[in-house]
Amino acid sequence: MKRMLCVMSILSVSGLMSLTAWAEPTSLTGAGATFPYPIYSQWAYKYEKLTGVKLNYQSIGSGGGIAQIKAGTVDFGASDAPLDVKELEESGLIQFPMVIGGVVPVINVPGIDPGKLVLSGELLADIYLGKIKKWNDNAIVAMNADLKLPNKAITVVRRADGSGTTFLFTSYLGKVSKQWREKIGVGKAVAWPVGVGGKGNEGVASYVQKISGSIGYVEFAYALQNKMAHVQMKNKAGKIVAPGIRTFQAAAANAQWDKTPGYAVVLTDQPGEQSWPIAGASFILIHKKQLNGEKAGAMLKFFDWCYKHGSEMAEKLDFVAIPANVVAMVEKTWKTEVKANDNPVWP
Amino acid sequence: MHKLSTIKTTASSRDQTRADLLFRGFTALCAIGLILIVVGIFIELLMNSWPAIKKFGLSFLVSQKWNPVPGIEEFGALSSIFGTLATTAIAMLIATPMSLVIAIFLVELAPPRMAGIVGGAIELLAAVPSIIYGMWGLFVFAPFMQDHIQPFLGEVIGGPLFEGPPMGIGILTAGIILALMILPFITAVARDVFLMIPNVVKEASHGMGATTWEVTYKVVWPYCIHGIVGALFLGLGRAIGETMAITFVIGNDHSISASVFSAGTSIASTLANEFTEASEPIYLSALFELGLVLFGLTVVFQIVAQLWLRRLRKSTGGRA
Repeated sequence: MKRMLCVMSILSVSGLMSLTAWAEPTSLTGAGATFPYPIYSQWAYKYEKLTGVKLNYQSIGSGGGIAQIKAGTVDFGASDAPLDVKELEESGLIQFPMVIGGVVPVINVPGIDPGKLVLSGELLADIYLGKIKKWNDNAIVAMNADLKLPNKAITVVRRADGSGTTFLFTSYLGKVSKQWREKIGVGKAVAWPVGVGGKGNEGVASYVQKISGSIGYVEFAYALQNKMAHVQMKNKAGKIVAPGIRTFQAAAANAQWDKTPGYAVVLTDQPGEQSWPIAGASFILIHKKQLNGEKAGAMLKFFDWCYKHGSEMAEKLDFVAIPANVVAMVEKTWKTEVKANDNPVWP
Repeated sequence: MHKLSTIKTTASSRDQTRADLLFRGFTALCAIGLILIVVGIFIELLMNSWPAIKKFGLSFLVSQKWNPVPGIEEFGALSSIFGTLATTAIAMLIATPMSLVIAIFLVELAPPRMAGIVGGAIELLAAVPSIIYGMWGLFVFAPFMQDHIQPFLGEVIGGPLFEGPPMGIGILTAGIILALMILPFITAVARDVFLMIPNVVKEASHGMGATTWEVTYKVVWPYCIHGIVGALFLGLGRAIGETMAITFVIGNDHSISASVFSAGTSIASTLANEFTEASEPIYLSALFELGLVLFGLTVVFQIVAQLWLRRLRKSTGGRA
């Protein structure tokens, strides 16, 4: 809740600033995903101090961000779920990953300490399908022989609003469970078979904290800040991993960025012994044809700065920077694709 | 001298008629503007929801399915309509008797100083933004419901109405929070209605030996029923469209259950939750159609209120 107020006050302040911004030399506007908002605003703050270039990012949600960049009312859009290549082509956009984060299942089960419970993707899918109804179900006990699981009903908690976090979560369940893939599907919002919905990460977090016997999923930073009991996951390689910067990085490193058009990589269920199974990149969307070359150059310079100098700040906020080899690929794409008056914007 | 004053009067009365005309024109313009806005909203809602209306037809109103996954979208408003009506009904059931009793106490029984303090508190409550009720509902009231009220209801009364694990949130909690939100509105208006009864009437009946109860029931009540119904519909109108507070505590699940412990969703909370990320055109259109349904519900309630008032006016012999 505190964060929501903070976001609202920043938005209103930045709204005021944008009114006066016409007099400033360079000011960039972006809109979209809420998930990377903390790190984007940190980067923008630092970058303005260094260079005087102002960035106004409105975290209105990926859907709104996509609509606004298509309408051309902002300089860049941001989305948690990658757009498919066809949609990019149609609207003349390119997309590239900016930052990586992870989604973690969190629980509130009496007698189970944080980080002790181990789940597999199949188990998680069965819980969210409503097939596993009790915490002492044989399938859960089999993976957690050393834990004393109570005979308590499982209350499933998920997002009520459409969100990139849900997209990553359902993408993972869809990859590991055939039934999920066929019955429910993957999306920013789905027709959940069971459970209650909280609005935003804070809504899910507070429901999980309030309802005894519940399980939910939130972005990693949120689980940490609220000191919630996360679970460990069995990944694709069959290894048990805990959520954290290292395991998110492993998931990103093992992805095949170069072979995916539009960098539309979804970092769920990635190979690799250390890979956390529910990670994902947040994407930036910009127009291929830029109207103002100078402004476009300033924008790409900002992104370049974030790639090269922003990783420490990202880690402090529990985000992971994009691997260097991927950055090189992205900047090559800038060079060949982004143009103003047919001249490349990025040198 | 006499002549001069006559001229003066005519001039000023001419001015007055002109001012009157201007004033009348201005007020009429504002009133017509209001109608235009309502019609405009209706047309806009209809236009935006047209793709959904065309695709789902009447099944939108009776289907319980709500599936926003791209490619297999299917939308039905029934669960949202059910949640809206269920929470509003619970809220009215609780708020109506309570607010009337409070208003009667304030007007008839309370010592003046106390009436002033309680009256001020009620007006203050009416001014609290709904998101505050939502936060209080989620962080304070829901745990209380979970630990005390829901287990009590489930064990003592039970049955299909009070079934399921006590989660603290759900239809019942949302209804109670709504009741608290509309209570000050109904109370404040009802109190003003009660205050409008001429004291002579009340004093006369007291003078004839009537008890406070008799005065309230036989004199005050028939006199005020008209205004009270108005107050109730004001509360109903607020309850039916309430958004943020409900979103926090209703559980946001597109399902219909007989138990008031279970999670549900209302039209307004569905809109608040899903609008931001609805990027598919048909999804957006379905949300607009939900808005249209809410608009329609409000109109229906208005018509019912008007009809009811007309009948009351007849039955009370035009006194109210």
